Amino acid sequence: MDASTAFAPPVKPPSGGGRNLHRFANPGRFLRLSGRVLPFVALPGLVLTLAGLVWGLLFAPADWQQGDAVRIMYVHVPAAWLASAGYAALAACSLSSLVWRHPLADLAALEIGPVGAGATALCLATGSLWGKPMWGAWWVWDARLTSVLVLFFLYLGHIALTRAFDDPARGARAGAILALVGAVDLPIIKFSVDWWNTLHQPATITLTGAPTMYLGMLWPLFLSALGMTLGFVAIVLARTRAAVMERRLRTLLATRARQEAGQEAGQEAGQEAGGIA
Amino acid sequence: MTRKRRRLVLVLACGAGIGSAAALALSAFSDSVAFFVSPSEIAAKAPPPGRSFRLGGLVAQGSLTRLLDGGRPAATFRVTDGRATVTVHYVGILPDLFREGQGVVALGEIAPDGSFRAEDVLAKHDEAYMPKEVADALKKSGHWNPAAGPPPPASTWNTLGTGATGTGATGGAASLANSAKAGG
Repeated sequence: MDASTAFAPPVKPPSGGGRNLHRFANPGRFLRLSGRVLPFVALPGLVLTLAGLVWGLLFAPADWQQGDAVRIMYVHVPAAWLASAGYAALAACSLSSLVWRHPLADLAALEIGPVGAGATALCLATGSLWGKPMWGAWWVWDARLTSVLVLFFLYLGHIALTRAFDDPARGARAGAILALVGAVDLPIIKFSVDWWNTLHQPATITLTGAPTMYLGMLWPLFLSALGMTLGFVAIVLARTRAAVMERRLRTLLATRARQEAGQEAGQEAGQEAGGIA
Repeated sequence: MTRKRRRLVLVLACGAGIGSAAALALSAFSDSVAFFVSPSEIAAKAPPPGRSFRLGGLVAQGSLTRLLDGGRPAATFRVTDGRATVTVHYVGILPDLFREGQGVVALGEIAPDGSFRAEDVLAKHDEAYMPKEVADALKKSGHWNPAAGPPPPASTWNTLGTGATGTGATGGAASLANSAKAGG
């Protein structure tokens, strides 16, 4: 065994790539796969969302006591669902980043944050617009509303924390811990209306009973929720793809800069050596 | 493998710790997390007079009287949770959704005569959503009096008039009456 192999890194560099690119061997497959999947997610998402919203906002029947104000539901409910589901996805990415050190999970978590925060903001805004004409208040500090506001702040905190470090890996780590700690808010949001007295009504659609909603309203809501979910997935996929490509480009540029610097240094060393000889 | 396993166990242990801490904290503060108190909670332990709190429950059937108080609209009604009842006086405009049988949350305090003086009344709507035709069909068939409380089980009305149970709202109501007879 000679010196060069003894001090070589234990990880075998893959053929055809630099050592930094090795981290993204899997993301390379992700890029190919997601590129193929993306149009099949984005297009149905757009079509279903439009169909659900047109059906719900224009054709579905008005509620017997809320009147046309009930149509806010076709935006509010999918946004609320996505706020929670997005955070659950963020927590799952954080878990897989902390435990299995999956390189893609960090990037996905970084990109889910702003999209989920947008869904939560939409949920809070539409809820407020719905609350004033029906309840008689823009905002109340009941358990459901407050726990969703906390979720919004968790998203904002995650966005800020992951981007606050010079070293993106450290930011991802801190953000992952925050996301997992914040996941305790998800069951609180879900069960707040059952555990405590709240102004917000309990769930209409449950796993155990028949939905307490007329079918002619339930269908457009279902389409809108499915469409917006696909749209959410498509946006996150596109953002993650862009992030992977950005990291790749940065690694390539850094490698090239290092090689050029190395060549110049080598030439200078060569000249010096020549001078001495 | 062992390092990954160790990290997983560590994360799960932290999660269990945070989860139980949150559960303990929330159950300890559960009184202050609750948005309102019910009439039976007031009957069991009345808040001291002069302390402001929120009272929640259903507006009792036949209890609403609308008045004028110095040119301003006022209302007197009873709020019930089925076991206890509190009389509420309110001067101001009630929300659109306010009616007998509807859930309400009133902010105010207990007056010396034992009634509740509300400064603000919010309407709390239930989790049922139905078009006017379905609500009318339920009322006409005698299956639901909105002033008496929440609607009957959803499976008896959420497909009314969609063709799943009948040809129209009235056909749906007819089949509803039959199914109710069969069930009852």
